[in-house]
Amino acid sequence: MARQSDEAFFWMLFSAGGVIAAILIPVHLFLFGLAFPLGWLPAPDYGRLMSLVHMPLVRVYLFVFCSLPLFHWAHRFRYTLYDGLKVKHLNEVIFALCYGGAVAGTVLAAYLTWTIA
Amino acid sequence: MRQEIVKAAPAYTEFHPRWYRAPVSVYWWLGQWRYLKFILRELSSLFVASFVVITLLQVRALRNGPEAYSRFQHWLQSPWVIALNFVSFLFVVFHTITWFNLAPRAMPIWVRGKRLPEFLVAAPNYAIWLVASVVIAWFVLR
Amino acid sequence: MIMADKIILEVARYSPEQDTKPCFATYEVPVHKEWVVLDALNYIKDKVDGSLTYRWSCRMGICGSCGMMVNGEPKLTCATFLSSYAHNGNKIRVEPLRYFPVVRDLVTELSDFLVKLKKVKPWLIRKDAVPLSQGEFLQTPEQLDYYKQFSMCINCTLCYSACPVVGLDPKFVGPAAIALAQRYNLDSRDQGAVERIAVLAHPEGIWGCTFVGECTKVCPKHVDPAGAIQQYKLNAVLDWLTSFVMPRGHNSQDVKS
Repeated sequence: MARQSDEAFFWMLFSAGGVIAAILIPVHLFLFGLAFPLGWLPAPDYGRLMSLVHMPLVRVYLFVFCSLPLFHWAHRFRYTLYDGLKVKHLNEVIFALCYGGAVAGTVLAAYLTWTIA
Repeated sequence: MRQEIVKAAPAYTEFHPRWYRAPVSVYWWLGQWRYLKFILRELSSLFVASFVVITLLQVRALRNGPEAYSRFQHWLQSPWVIALNFVSFLFVVFHTITWFNLAPRAMPIWVRGKRLPEFLVAAPNYAIWLVASVVIAWFVLR
Repeated sequence: MIMADKIILEVARYSPEQDTKPCFATYEVPVHKEWVVLDALNYIKDKVDGSLTYRWSCRMGICGSCGMMVNGEPKLTCATFLSSYAHNGNKIRVEPLRYFPVVRDLVTELSDFLVKLKKVKPWLIRKDAVPLSQGEFLQTPEQLDYYKQFSMCINCTLCYSACPVVGLDPKFVGPAAIALAQRYNLDSRDQGAVERIAVLAHPEGIWGCTFVGECTKVCPKHVDPAGAIQQYKLNAVLDWLTSFVMPRGHNSQDVKS
């Protein structure tokens, strides 16, 4: 029977990561990347942040926040290299670097959020 | 006569005209603004990834104690990091807007035999974005 | 804006017996209010240079023959008015459709597209044959609306010229073929979705598409091939997931939701 390629799996990760990135990243970037360092808004202190991070739900949230958008990047950047630089013949190397990077980030996120408390 | 044509014309194969295939340049995406806009949209993923990396550094700094976190906060204030985050913010918002505007095309919603207009499918996404952002900001700031 | 009474056309010429690559010839053409680029080409062929070679037929935007690049954009020349360009000393550059081999002047070689079209099986596929005595398949207006937009394709291949992936990957099946496959997948009379999966859910099928969206912008019949492809991607994901739950040879008809 006709069997389709497994590309559907990676596209699914790309989509999920894209949704998470679209909804959650702008506010995080604005607060932690611009508003707090530039003093536009009062930054939460160390104690406050650690008390937030102690909640298991927050750690799961941080894990998902760091993992899925990396898979979104891996898929999109892989195709940008194929089409933008015409390097489709290097597809094995590009595949390994992109998804390898996403997996590495996911493992790191798991380790950090697991051991932070 | 045919022999003369074949000898004189480098592109002529006897009984079969030589088709011309124009090469596609590596810089095809610079040729039109619409293509460039597409590539910029795709490159927004780089800035998504860079902010995830910064977030991982933040979690690591939190884990390493108050002095490490204070050093991290100081690093966030260095000019080039602010510049990176400013550019990232523009690209990430660009990603969000293009993502929500394109999502309705992938998911046609049929209600009583008619297809919902696209902005009605995109609008809930923007609403969720707004609500989520407010909730997160409240959580962090209070 | 004052419309000029003459306009310059730069037309790509390529003679396979004489040239190794195309060059441009310049013609001056009178401008009439209702003239389109096709009228200008016919004027050139009638009165100036009879050797100019190009395809056209219905001159009313339904046959899909007269597609060409007009100032770098794929257009039907029977639907592109001279008056849009005839001011400020603008010139009109006419070239054969991009990303196809050029046979001569403005004529492209389309057999690659036709091969790809046939690969996706754009016809009704039935698993259970119904005898003629049972009459026609019945379809409600709602069932027709479901796929009607994708059935409007006139095979003009403007979308292929707009899609950068077509230019970068010669094996990419392309927007029109996928949209037409989806037209049949969504047709209530069709039972062939499974047969199309191997061609569509493939790196050279839908997964080659990165949703640039140019195909939809240039389509003269508002088919929205980009939308068709993204919809099929979602279908393909559901199908991939269910292929783990159900054994090989599962019926993909559930995909048509």
